Amino acid sequence: MSYLEYNTKRMPAGLAKVLYVNWPLVALLIAVAGYGFIMLYSVAGGNATPWAEPQLKRFAAGLVIMFVVAFVPLWFWRSIAGLAYAVSILLLIGVEFFGSVGMGAKRWLEIGPLRLQPSELAKITTIMALAAYYDWLDLKKTSRLLWVLLAALITVVPALLVVRQPDLGTAMLIALGGGVVIFAAGVHWGYFAAIIGAGVAVVTTVLQSRGTEWQILKDYQYRRIDAFLDPTLDPLGAGYHINQSMIALGSGGWSGRGFMEGTQARLNFLPEKHTDFIFTTLAEEFGFVGASSLLLLYMLIMGVCLLSALNTTSRFGALLITGVTGTFFLYFAVNMAMVMGLAPVVGVPLPLVSYGGSAMIVLMVGFGLVQSAHIHRARLPS
Amino acid sequence: MKRTEREKEFSQRVISRRGLLLGSVQLGIAGTLLWRLRDMQLNQAEQFHLLAEENRINLRLLPPVRGLIFDRNGVLLAGNEQNYRVVMKRDDAGDIDLVLSRLAQLIPLSEDDIERARRDMLRNRPFVPVTVAERLNWDEISRIAANAPALPGVTPEMGLSRYYPLYEDTAHVVGYVGPVSERDLEALEAPDPVLMIPRFQIGKSGVERMQEDTLRGRAGSQRVEVNAVGRVMRELDRVEGTPGDNVHLTIDAKLQNYALERLHGQSAAAVVMDVDTGDILALASGPSFDPNLFVRGISSTDFRGLLDNEFRPLVNKTVQGLYPPGSTFKMVTALAALEAAATDGQETVFCPGHMDIAGHRFHCWRRGGHGRVGMVAALAQSCDVYFYEMSQRCGIDKINEMSTRLGLGIRYDLPITSVSAGLNPTREWKQRNRNADWRIGDTINASIGQGYVLTTPLQLAVMTARLASNKAVLPRLLRDPLERAEREMASLDLRPEWLRLIRRGMVDTVNHQRGTAYSSRVVADGQMMAGKTGTSQVFSITRAEREAGIRRQEDLPWNRRNHALFVDYAPVDNPRFAVAVVVEHGMGGSSAAAPIGRDITLAALNGGVPPLSAYPAPQRNRIRAEQIELEERLRAPEAMRVSRA
Repeated sequence: MSYLEYNTKRMPAGLAKVLYVNWPLVALLIAVAGYGFIMLYSVAGGNATPWAEPQLKRFAAGLVIMFVVAFVPLWFWRSIAGLAYAVSILLLIGVEFFGSVGMGAKRWLEIGPLRLQPSELAKITTIMALAAYYDWLDLKKTSRLLWVLLAALITVVPALLVVRQPDLGTAMLIALGGGVVIFAAGVHWGYFAAIIGAGVAVVTTVLQSRGTEWQILKDYQYRRIDAFLDPTLDPLGAGYHINQSMIALGSGGWSGRGFMEGTQARLNFLPEKHTDFIFTTLAEEFGFVGASSLLLLYMLIMGVCLLSALNTTSRFGALLITGVTGTFFLYFAVNMAMVMGLAPVVGVPLPLVSYGGSAMIVLMVGFGLVQSAHIHRARLPS
Repeated sequence: MKRTEREKEFSQRVISRRGLLLGSVQLGIAGTLLWRLRDMQLNQAEQFHLLAEENRINLRLLPPVRGLIFDRNGVLLAGNEQNYRVVMKRDDAGDIDLVLSRLAQLIPLSEDDIERARRDMLRNRPFVPVTVAERLNWDEISRIAANAPALPGVTPEMGLSRYYPLYEDTAHVVGYVGPVSERDLEALEAPDPVLMIPRFQIGKSGVERMQEDTLRGRAGSQRVEVNAVGRVMRELDRVEGTPGDNVHLTIDAKLQNYALERLHGQSAAAVVMDVDTGDILALASGPSFDPNLFVRGISSTDFRGLLDNEFRPLVNKTVQGLYPPGSTFKMVTALAALEAAATDGQETVFCPGHMDIAGHRFHCWRRGGHGRVGMVAALAQSCDVYFYEMSQRCGIDKINEMSTRLGLGIRYDLPITSVSAGLNPTREWKQRNRNADWRIGDTINASIGQGYVLTTPLQLAVMTARLASNKAVLPRLLRDPLERAEREMASLDLRPEWLRLIRRGMVDTVNHQRGTAYSSRVVADGQMMAGKTGTSQVFSITRAEREAGIRRQEDLPWNRRNHALFVDYAPVDNPRFAVAVVVEHGMGGSSAAAPIGRDITLAALNGGVPPLSAYPAPQRNRIRAEQIELEERLRAPEAMRVSRA
């Protein structure tokens, strides 16, 4: 959708946009973030510091950012998609050379006082770029090999750069997020079958490379894979996280131990209780009721966004919504699967609930784009 | 792109179809998650509850016993001692202030200790034991045991802690351990879980830090039953960890002690090295500090005291201290000139007491000049003008090359912290760092070890060892006690006739009447010494100062006085040890550094306080008086007992 197609008469303008905001979505986001504040308050032993209060401030900032992004016309986002993508690729390359190292991985880029995590940015820009790409591409060419390869390239380049950092979790999110957009754009089934086949091959290669000179992942990541396959192997080391998490989660029962009554997290059996394993604490303290209600809220967000995507006539907008929500889904699905012992510990936070600024802001930007697509959807003449 | 209405409809249809498909896949996955959640929380809840609740089995890490550090003869330098400590739990204590005040009446507790214990207890969960006091003696522990009813929540415990039986002797070499800090953890890629044990200690400096992986060992584990609030009910079983490996150093503890005491009262450094193997026998930096203070957690007053001390006790001057080598550098200049064929060494140069170069007057240390001197006399009498002349002939590049060959300007890979590379200035270095061209004056200054040249005492010892052995000796601090064959050093390939000249000069320095270190000569057979003095300026003398008459060194404030240096090897005929001594602001190499170098060399040769017969007869009374004073400070022989076969 270029500016020429942007029919101002059929779009809300100025303050009227407020009326067209997807308010149910806003309410759902606030509700989910609320779960986060409560849990962060609890894991800090009933203190607003060090986690709940900063998280609240960040979420407030995130909401403001979401609205700002939402009120900017969609055609603008469409036109800067390529540029944004190029910038994030450059930043990722920058990390490779100038990034600062923390916990054994290079993730941060320091530009003056700013601390940037370009891999977070890449999640959104890759989706934007793909959505714009398919909006621009002739529909008849959608499934032609050359054009599919180009789309694959757009997805794979940032993902590979992130794998090198190394941040397997984020790389996977980028790749799968891109895959969702490509799928939604209507690319032929065969390609996905091929990619899944290739994926199996890649996994095999990664596992095979272990112990050789060209070992792809760091040792600790392999140990995490081992621990996933058999957590009892090393209950003190790599398998510790999953074991402890499952015990805590399982012991929650139907209604949990009650607010601030969780013992596992509080006794420090649980690592990273305020970040990647926060769902465990929730499940322990509020039981099946609390945990499944959060899952329900997440699925409601997915549903609301799907409706919004179905109702927009903008191809760019629809693909953007599908991509952002697809990534969002991957976030919570992978995180929950991880703490329940269904997926390896790859370091994916529970979106909007886990403590952490970078991921939260990026998510809110993503939902800003979803809102922008929603507000600026071309209404069919009634 | 512009699309037709039909295309738009088609696009929407495709996206809707695929979107719904994606939605249902996602719904399916969510369903799986929900099913798993239900399975774990409802069906298996009992089982997990059991695991988590009543009798939860908890794995605890047992800290491994840290490896010991020995000197070359098996004297213990770092060991583990049993110590009694008192721990306290908040929930059992009730009124913690009351209990703490009662405790303070039984054992010595400072305000700081009490405050720290209070804070730790309030910060941790109530059942977490917090260490209130450590290193208590048996009396104190018995007093606490006797008063147990009045001290709820207080339990005496026994544990191992690091101690350094030789106190300050090896502080700079062995280093010390301390609690794991956030920064330590961040520096590691995959931290050993043992580091998470509260109060676990790791090497913070010196060998303790650099050999951490060898010394640490592997953690054991203990399975304990823990009740619902996390209190340990009983131990089920335990797997002892693997103790860390011991480390053997090349240091000779007795010589190290002697060297450090010989430096007493001065800010100084001394290095003793085996000229054939490069084994470092002593690496003394004075004043030193007691590493045990750091293990216990040094008080802020003590730490301030160490930081504010003008003599900088925390700095390991042997490898970290950078000093202009002064005249001890003249062997480098002489060899560079010989190699460049700038002189045959026999040819003499006239020294009128100064030399005018490029409109600037460079002075010799002896204002009246040395007259005509050849290389041997120039070294022995330390004539500056001779080396000004030689350096002009051979140029800075040759001097650099020789300096590197003799081991200066190189960072040696030793298992201690903060080893410096010194500075071997080149044209490129000056261009890069000072943004200026190399001038002839810079060469002149460098020729007598002034200007930009900076060396560490360790490097000076390496240089001397290389001159004495003609081998590319590399310093070594770690020793494999099982290794039988000594390592072979590569030859340095300096021509024998050149080395004869240099060594002759060094022999005359100490043993010729006009030599600068004649008063520090050794008269014992087979222990004769060859050396070189050095006195290096800390600040350059301006012309105005020179005209106003140079102030006597004694009249200058301490930190503006000249550094005193001395390097030597002995015995002359069959060199075994190379020694380097630097006395910061000691004023004169021959007066301040040479006697120390002589005594340490003799101590190395004699395995203890040197016999008086080694000294010239007229000096013996004075030396005896000095020795008596020194012997009082030396560590008792019991401390040096060999604790390993």
